[in-house]
Amino acid sequence: MSPGALSRVVGLFSQRGYNIESLTVAPTEDPSLSRLTVTTIGEDAVIEKITKQLNKLIDVIKLVDLTEGEHIERELMLIKIKAAGAQRAEVKRTSDIFRGQIVDVTLSQYTVQLTGTSDKLDAFIEAIGPTAILEVVRSGVSGIARGERVLSV
Amino acid sequence: MELLSGGEMLMRALKEEGVKLIFGYPGGAVLHIYDALYRQDTVEHILVRHEQAAVHAADGFARSTGDVGVALVTSGPGATNAITGIATAYMDSIPLVVISGNVPSHLIGSDAFQETDMIGCSRPIVKHSFLVRSIDEIPTVMKKAFHIARSGRPGPVVVDVPKDMTAPSEKRIFDYPETVQLRSYTPAQKGHAGQVRKALDLLLGAKRPVIYAGGGVILGNASDELTALAKRLGHPVTNTLMGLGSFPGSDDQFIGMLGMHGFYEANQAMHQADVIFAVGARFDDRVTNDPKKFCPNARIIHVDIDPASIQKTVSRIEVPLVGPVKTVLKDMSELLVQLDEKPNLEALENWWKTINGWREKQGLWTGDRFVRGKKIMPQDVISTLYEVTHGEAFVCSDVGQHQMFAAQYYKFNKPRRWINSGGLGTMGFGLPSAMGVQLAHPDHAVAVVTGEGSIQMCIEELSTCTQYNMPLKIINLNNGALGMVKQWQDMQYGGRYAASTYQDSLPDFVKLAEAYGHVGMKVTDPSELKSKMEECFSMKDRLVFMDIDIDPDEHVYPMHIATGSMKDMILSKTERT
Ligand SMILES: Cc1ncc(C[n+]2csc(CCOP(=O)(O)OP(=O)(O)O)c2C)c(N)n1
Ligand SMILES: [Mg+2]
Repeated sequence: MSPGALSRVVGLFSQRGYNIESLTVAPTEDPSLSRLTVTTIGEDAVIEKITKQLNKLIDVIKLVDLTEGEHIERELMLIKIKAAGAQRAEVKRTSDIFRGQIVDVTLSQYTVQLTGTSDKLDAFIEAIGPTAILEVVRSGVSGIARGERVLSV
Repeated sequence: MELLSGGEMLMRALKEEGVKLIFGYPGGAVLHIYDALYRQDTVEHILVRHEQAAVHAADGFARSTGDVGVALVTSGPGATNAITGIATAYMDSIPLVVISGNVPSHLIGSDAFQETDMIGCSRPIVKHSFLVRSIDEIPTVMKKAFHIARSGRPGPVVVDVPKDMTAPSEKRIFDYPETVQLRSYTPAQKGHAGQVRKALDLLLGAKRPVIYAGGGVILGNASDELTALAKRLGHPVTNTLMGLGSFPGSDDQFIGMLGMHGFYEANQAMHQADVIFAVGARFDDRVTNDPKKFCPNARIIHVDIDPASIQKTVSRIEVPLVGPVKTVLKDMSELLVQLDEKPNLEALENWWKTINGWREKQGLWTGDRFVRGKKIMPQDVISTLYEVTHGEAFVCSDVGQHQMFAAQYYKFNKPRRWINSGGLGTMGFGLPSAMGVQLAHPDHAVAVVTGEGSIQMCIEELSTCTQYNMPLKIINLNNGALGMVKQWQDMQYGGRYAASTYQDSLPDFVKLAEAYGHVGMKVTDPSELKSKMEECFSMKDRLVFMDIDIDPDEHVYPMHIATGSMKDMILSKTERT
């Protein structure tokens, strides 16, 4: 995605006082097109305004509000956790419960990879607790509609 | 097959788009373009004295003709000077293409001399922008730029051109596209038939209707269609500041401008209305007063080309109708004829009785709503201007009290005659915009209604007017103060005039005008106003600067009471609704 187009989208949010909870962007199977998932919070009227304003951007080809129908939201998290001594087994167990994968290991740390809804990732962070967490990186939400509905251009 | 440099391509693209006049100011980054300009003779270039004025002039040209205005500026300070002009055009949806030079591509991002991120700076105030990345794309970029600027809801488009893209040594095939392909941009061509029907039904059933028409009617060239429909329906019409002239000002059905300094009868009618037909108007805060208290009993129809305008500030829109105002209004008129249904004539008659009662009581045109004394009253200046020009002048205004008096007291019977910065409220807009208007209408009287504050914000353009013989008539309503600011200080700050007066530092405008080679006139006596104004307009080929001393204490009324509804107004220094 051209930086110009991305800045128009992001700029619109700041210019009009809307907030962005998360933003993901990557090229699609058509290299001239990128797909963004933006999560934002607001009353219906505000969401409608955001939708209309985004649609006005010449760079925006298609826009859907996924929350209008059944949809799937996923986020990826990589999280570095203290895992020494007795903690080690405990972290592993918690990670298993959440269906996380340990993707990197040192003597004193685990790096866990977790995907799921943002709520699930939040819950994992809470379960591990702030003292054990060393670093967190989250991808932001990617979304897609359930069923046969397809976003095509 | 033709090989052209990027600079030549830009000139040829302008020619293909039918552009004959551009406004600009040269500098390092655009020298190749200027050389290409020099070596052709289709496009005439007007050298302004400040880039802000180049954009305002292009804007005035666009507002008065409906064509796309074009400005050309250099990188860095040239580009940033253009920003105020671009924002002004953006707020009023004026079609412009602004070509800005930039440093050579390989220097972008290096803080090179006179580099500025024009795409970034202008992002929130353009309809769209392009950074030219290869010479080959210049024809398509220009085609798209013009298409985007003039179609749908019009607006300014910036084309930022790094210097290496215009080098004379680099020639490429020039093939100007005939059509544009923009898969993401398809403005509505027609209003939804079902909604058209609903709108008409609502209007036919109305007992206390008001047609609230804005600048969109003028931008969409729909004045005739609006007038025809309003005449068929017999409904009262009010205009926004931007919509003045979209319906004939001297028609009986016209109930004046609405809004903050709108007519009493227009604001009362809006508040009491049972149906409001908003056409090309955007429920601006200067119109609605508190949107929560806006027209409590009205069912609202809103026609607009921009879906994002609908439900933006006032959410109770019952019949949204997205489409070009011209075709929507035409469709409505046609359907009205087909249906052969009459409006509720009895109710309308009563409604008109009420409105005429308001008019008689407080109307600006039906009695004197101000007190005359020994000093010249600003209202009289505008009325005299109207008389002397037979209501036929282009009136380009600056921003302040004088602007509101002009909007209130000059009756605009035609669209595109009232040129002012409504959305951004840009002081300094008047004179340069008038240059664009005058060049587009060389045989027409063009008046600049201004104040001693505003005129000094682009006064350097008096020199441009000398160079290109622009016989503007500058009507300077000199109240010796930033009058609009002072009025608020009178009303809300106990008359503490913080930074709104000049302490005897104003120039002698007569001498100043003469220094630029123009005619200067000073008027201080009310009895001389008309004869001097006639003398001014009789000098058809001279720019005349009329410096008129007006009553410095006059306020603009009526005026909305802040946080109230539309009907709540201050009527004079002593009366309120
Ligand atoms: C560029 C700019 N700066 C500041 C303002 C705020 N402002 C609005 S009206 C006004 C006073 C204008 O004075 P003048 O041109 O003398 O007109 P008057 O109100 O006295 O008729 C000012 C400072 C503005 N609209 N534009
Ligand atoms: Mg003044």
